Amino acid sequence: MTCTEFLALLDDLIDDTVTTQMRADLQEHLRGCEHCEVTLNTTRKTIEIYRSHEIYDLPSSLRERLHAAIMERCKKGC
Amino acid sequence: MPMSTIQSVAGENEQHPDVALIAQVRAGDVSAFDQLVRKYDRQIFRIAQHITQNREDAEDVMQDAFLKAYQKLDQFQGNSKFYTWLVRIAVNESLMRLRKRRTGKMVSIDEDIETEEGSVPRDLADWAPDPEQNYSQSELAEILRKTIQGLPHGFRVVFVLRDMEGLSTEETAETLGLSVPAVKSRLLRARLQLRERLSRYFRRKKGGEK
Repeated sequence: MTCTEFLALLDDLIDDTVTTQMRADLQEHLRGCEHCEVTLNTTRKTIEIYRSHEIYDLPSSLRERLHAAIMERCKKGC
Repeated sequence: MPMSTIQSVAGENEQHPDVALIAQVRAGDVSAFDQLVRKYDRQIFRIAQHITQNREDAEDVMQDAFLKAYQKLDQFQGNSKFYTWLVRIAVNESLMRLRKRRTGKMVSIDEDIETEEGSVPRDLADWAPDPEQNYSQSELAEILRKTIQGLPHGFRVVFVLRDMEGLSTEETAETLGLSVPAVKSRLLRARLQLRERLSRYFRRKKGGEK
């Protein structure tokens, strides 16, 4: 397996949608390719960081204000 | 009994809790809609912020999306999840805001994708262990914001829905009116571009320094 072939399947590996055979082939490539290993690990980390950090928070005061506005208009039938 | 509760939650054909709330809203119970708003408002606000990149627009989108969902609840078929349906409304509202702001300039999720940037990893340095620990919460949030804002629009929205807001590939495709292969291709490139850009901040420094 070449690095380009590995890269084409990177998402499937990360999202765990590969067959057992494919996984074995990908792991075989990883054992001999430090670059692809770094790419895999840092891409996983990228997703994890974005998942676990709130970058646009909704402050409680704003949340309550928007919520009140929505419900007010819903009660009036919009 | 606790056991039977656990089993029924795990059952694949169980009714989603939103279905009962929607039935209540349809029967005229506005407070049931209140619960739906509270359940999904943060997600809708985030999605609107990511697309419009403007806080005021995101506030408007959030209100308009929920009101539209309320008005159109009769049209909700129930063959997709309520959340996915709501996200679709919010994405459309966000794109409309963006069009207004850019007065006349067409905005679609197909723009800006003719780039090869990041499709082949160039920065191959490994990252420090727990690299986010080297930044304060506010510094980190700023880095993450700046980095994702730099993505082409059509990649960013796919990454946000699929990786941050938990939609499946199929749901993302349906929501954005894209094919499944198109979503997959954009997701891979979005992930690789973000990785490449974050590497600048998170790579392991030479010489053992932090």
